[in-house]
Amino acid sequence: MSTPDQPNFSGWMCPLPLRNYPTIVMGHGSGGKMMSDLIGHLFAPALGNDLLGQMADSTVLPLADGSRLAFSTDSFVISPLVFPGGDIGELAVYGTVNDIAMSGAKPLFLSAGFILEEGLPMDLLGQLVESFGRACRTAGVQLVAGDTKVVNRGHGDGLYINTSGIGLIPPGVQIGPDRARPGDAVLVSGTLGDHGMAIMSVREGLAFESPIVSDSAPLNGMVDAMLAVTTEIHCLRDATRGGLAAVLNELAVASRVGVEFDERKVPVQPAVQAACEMLGLDPLYVANEGKLVAFVPEAHAEAVLDAMHANPYGTNAARIGTVVETHPGLVVARTGIGGSRVVDLPAGELLPRIC
Amino acid sequence: MKHLDEYRDEALTRRLLDELTATVTRPWRLMEVCGGQTHSIMKTGLHDLLPPQIELVHGPGCPVCVTPLELIDKAIALASRPDVIFTSYGDMLRVPGSGRDLFSVKAAGGDVRIVYSPLDALKIARDNPAKTVVFFAIGFETTAPANAMAVVQAKAQGIDNFAVLVSHVTVPPVIAGLMQESGVQVDAFLAAGHVCAVMGYWEYGPLAEQYRIPIVVTGFEPVDLLRGILMAVRQLEQGRHEVENAYERSVTYEGNQPAQAIIQRAFELCDRKWRGIGTIPMSGYRLRAEYAALDAEQRFPDVGAIQTAESSLCISGLILQGRKKPFECPAFGKECTPQTPLGATMVSSEGACAAYYRYGRYRDAIAEAEKKSS
Repeated sequence: MSTPDQPNFSGWMCPLPLRNYPTIVMGHGSGGKMMSDLIGHLFAPALGNDLLGQMADSTVLPLADGSRLAFSTDSFVISPLVFPGGDIGELAVYGTVNDIAMSGAKPLFLSAGFILEEGLPMDLLGQLVESFGRACRTAGVQLVAGDTKVVNRGHGDGLYINTSGIGLIPPGVQIGPDRARPGDAVLVSGTLGDHGMAIMSVREGLAFESPIVSDSAPLNGMVDAMLAVTTEIHCLRDATRGGLAAVLNELAVASRVGVEFDERKVPVQPAVQAACEMLGLDPLYVANEGKLVAFVPEAHAEAVLDAMHANPYGTNAARIGTVVETHPGLVVARTGIGGSRVVDLPAGELLPRIC
Repeated sequence: MKHLDEYRDEALTRRLLDELTATVTRPWRLMEVCGGQTHSIMKTGLHDLLPPQIELVHGPGCPVCVTPLELIDKAIALASRPDVIFTSYGDMLRVPGSGRDLFSVKAAGGDVRIVYSPLDALKIARDNPAKTVVFFAIGFETTAPANAMAVVQAKAQGIDNFAVLVSHVTVPPVIAGLMQESGVQVDAFLAAGHVCAVMGYWEYGPLAEQYRIPIVVTGFEPVDLLRGILMAVRQLEQGRHEVENAYERSVTYEGNQPAQAIIQRAFELCDRKWRGIGTIPMSGYRLRAEYAALDAEQRFPDVGAIQTAESSLCISGLILQGRKKPFECPAFGKECTPQTPLGATMVSSEGACAAYYRYGRYRDAIAEAEKKSS
């Protein structure tokens, strides 16, 4: 037995951590479990309905004449406003365009709310609005409603933008998070983690040998090309916050299937891999702004992958895995040494590890 | 990536595993000391590829897990002050004190910032002369040199609005402590490669001799880990108990002497509290008297006076010693999950319980599917 003044190795314990934060913390916005809990426990009970319950990147709205709209909204609160490979203006367009495209819809119209902080330089705002306009033309959408508000200095990060958008879903297309089937091929449209590491490298002042550039891009053209191969695509998701890991987990849970993928087949740029190694982060969890994940029946997998490769934003597309019947709701990676591990939802904010 | 890919090579891993299988004749229990090693083992699935006779026990080398509650409470008190900018390595923000964590302090208006190096904190101090910038100097011998450097620089440059909250711990005393504890069943230690890169491994000879236990300095990639395991198992099978180095590309016997010198310059050995364990004699560092002005606990005496007793509801102590497995805990997977953790072993992503929880769900599902199909 240990006496009070001797170390007690049996007592190697830690206290009860907080189970629920009494206030919002940054982790609630990270695209992981904390956000999922916040939506599930606070928003859904108060606001839930069948349409909201689709829990897809965009909601499919059936109209009386049989046509279907896809509707989505997204807010952009990124700092810095201009970053390697993009800026908040184009991001606000592509983010919502991509959410709409993930229902297989052709994005058509956007609305935008600009929340401007007192003191934002006029020429910077001009540059960002120009970029917003260019992005609309690139993605083939029109801005049809807008709003502008100004908040006191210190109450905003220069500029926040909210965009909402609608698109039209072509007949015969049935894409949804609950439609994955065992045997589906799991495809990703290119290298992962570029956006998140580009932002982190400028925000934290980390310099790498080759600069990491955000992948911010419109994906609606690629989705059109994929649907031209077959309308039988089961799931589409753009891998934004929470990265590939969050997307695979959400689809596995929604479809009650397992997902198995080979870590070595996941495309990651060497500079992104190096930055992640240095910070103790996993590229599977890092955000993207121009990458999609597709679950496609095996019979069409190769042809859809070819269509992705032919698109300028899909040259590094790869097949990384397969949907399985066993372990429903779980995502399992085959590791580089032939082992396996469960790839869980991220918890909260991505934190660099100390050791 | 060069210098990493070759240590993650599947064919080489397979060769080492075959050699290990050919070497091992009976069950052995090895403790990997460092949390970074545990993380790598779990991330690569190495634990599942080992011969069944070899069991890895996850050791006390995760600085996040062993920093005592009292220090977290002190950090929270400092970070809550309007005149303080509190800087820390990122993963300490999630560790709970008695009532809340540093994330909550930030949400309540505290100025809490993640830094990647204590020298970044020093820069924040230079840029914010009206505030006191406190850096949370935690970790093992690995982080100590950079933290010492920040202290020495701050004094030399006269940056008097910089202070450190020190909670440094060292590896050899906890190995000794574990071996003295009756009931601890560990046959060999895989010493932490990064710690030894700084300190060398001259300190481990007396431990191996006194406790008649093999200690192998081991790296972090799967091939490194397997070499360490293989060398430890060879010693055990041959009845030897020596200190060996399986991480020659980073570690020398003497270690990094300039790094040791800067530690010596800023810090001296002291008794340290470990989370849940209590005080282990001479198991950590504190600032030397000539740097007392940089000690946040002395700068803010009300913070320095905070005393917190550890409370205990989970068995993570026994799990960290290898005396119990996570699934033997009555709370495991029920009250205690990664979302609602009861203990450090579950709260840390590389903690043993968190890893078992994720992996266990997978194994259960596979077993269920096999039962259905048979």
